[in-house]
Amino acid sequence: MTGAAPLLRVRDLCVTFPPRRGRPPVRAVDHVSFDIAPGQTLGLVGESGSGKTTTGRAILQLQPVTGGSVELLGRELSAMPRAELRAMRRHMQFVLQNPYSSLHPRMTVAQILAEPLTVHGSVPKPRIPERVAELMTVVGMDPTVVRRYPHEFSGGQRQRIVIARALAVNPDFVVCDEPVSALDVRTQAQIVDLLHDLQDKLHLSYLFIAHDLAIVRAVAHRVAVMYGGRIVELGDAADVYERPAHPYTRNLLDAVPIADPAKQRAKLAAPAADPDFRGRAGESGACVFGDDHGASGAPEWHEIAPGHGVSCRYWPADLMARRAT
Amino acid sequence: MTGALLEVRDLTATFNRDGVPSQVVNGISFDIAPGEAVGFVGESGCGKSVTARSIMRLAPEGSSVEWSGRILFRGQDLLALDEHAMRDVRGRRIAMVFQDPMASLNPVMTIGAQLDDMLCRHTGLSRRAARRRAVELLDLVGIRDPAHRADDYPHQFSGGMRQRVLIAIAVSCQPDLLIADEPTTALDVTVQAQILRLLMRLRRELGMALMLITHDFGVIAGMVARVYVMHGGDIVESGAVDALFAAPRHAYTRALLDAVPRIETAGRRA
Repeated sequence: MTGAAPLLRVRDLCVTFPPRRGRPPVRAVDHVSFDIAPGQTLGLVGESGSGKTTTGRAILQLQPVTGGSVELLGRELSAMPRAELRAMRRHMQFVLQNPYSSLHPRMTVAQILAEPLTVHGSVPKPRIPERVAELMTVVGMDPTVVRRYPHEFSGGQRQRIVIARALAVNPDFVVCDEPVSALDVRTQAQIVDLLHDLQDKLHLSYLFIAHDLAIVRAVAHRVAVMYGGRIVELGDAADVYERPAHPYTRNLLDAVPIADPAKQRAKLAAPAADPDFRGRAGESGACVFGDDHGASGAPEWHEIAPGHGVSCRYWPADLMARRAT
Repeated sequence: MTGALLEVRDLTATFNRDGVPSQVVNGISFDIAPGEAVGFVGESGCGKSVTARSIMRLAPEGSSVEWSGRILFRGQDLLALDEHAMRDVRGRRIAMVFQDPMASLNPVMTIGAQLDDMLCRHTGLSRRAARRRAVELLDLVGIRDPAHRADDYPHQFSGGMRQRVLIAIAVSCQPDLLIADEPTTALDVTVQAQILRLLMRLRRELGMALMLITHDFGVIAGMVARVYVMHGGDIVESGAVDALFAAPRHAYTRALLDAVPRIETAGRRA
């Protein structure tokens, strides 16, 4: 961590979905705070329903925010007038999971890539074809195929086109929501390499949302672990992966299959510990340590090392107990 | 191999789209012994799922498939069976679990009714006995309070619980072979670990063979004894799982193994 001003600063971000069919309101994102430094990647991990995607959408102001602040390049985005927000959108872009549904099937690649350029008026009209060809080259595709339609490309190529479209307006910050989950392993590796190259070349910052912890390890400088709408652990990737402090983080890491037959067999043979995690908003019952978060409220945030924090009432007693055994 | 449960010889599968034939499985041969766990690995489009469906003689929706070769199950060629006899094999002797548990369950029937149906059709149990067995099966796959949950609909279950229900349906008639096609791909990593443990336990307890199809070497690593690697409709490499991971012989297998992201390897530093 450096003292430089963060590119993105999120503080106490909350999103509550209104009550439906007599069910109580759902606090999908609950006081989430983090920074992303210029040119760096924050990995956001957690299970489905943990609020990762809602967090990404709320930051981009695609989702009404109930509370908290989102500052991009020093400017507060929540409550920003629409016209201004529209202008800010060229600084922040979105890459989604499914390259099959995020490209318009009846538009050619040239049209798809020209659209953001026209909307933001960032390139004079006669120069658009030139910029489109440049974008194709940047993402490692042949610029002569821009007259084709999305269905003529493979999943990996489509994801490159989605990335090219995100880059069209020279953003500073890109939210990548499960950008490689729908792809084969070799294609995943290629897209991850591409994202690395682009980050180095263009000094991009990413919020990289994924449920695959191994992929996140490969791309993220820092990692935030989300559970039940809250960030329960946040730190440099090496710290979180090698010295996880929250029991939920440990549980996630333990569950990742290892591509080594002997180790993976031993892991599966070990007694199945399926700990019952609690602590979602409005949920009562004991957490793994026997504490009822529903009654006692969210635990405080402990800074356990520089830049590494955990939200658990039982830290560090938990760690000491584990060391003792 | 003698005493194989399943012997596949020179299997081809050819799709017919608008009169244009395209062969997606190119004459492959493999064996699965009784009670054995075998993995099939490859990328999308390599023919692994079509191979699995061929054993069940199922064609993807809206397409027709021509098969050639032999699929010997306990010595009987499944490709030569009439549809009526095949229906008896499907579900009862060979069962299948798919990737998407929501798409595989009937959304307007309770879980219990779907299990009852399967049991009545294949085992001749009475409705009441079938329900008793259905509750036992839900208990077997780790669904809490199975007697009450049997009256719930699929949407009332989480993704992992739905996959457990599907597994319960698949093993309800104690099949000799369970085919699992990417059974954990749509699930969270913690749920994936639970489902893999469940499959291991059921295979042991019920003594069934398991054909596990996946693109994920991590999933295959701890689950099977032997692996077939598929690429472009061919089996390009096969062997014992430890040997294959330690020393892959085919360049394609090596490329696949190299691409697997490793959680134990350091990435970027902040």
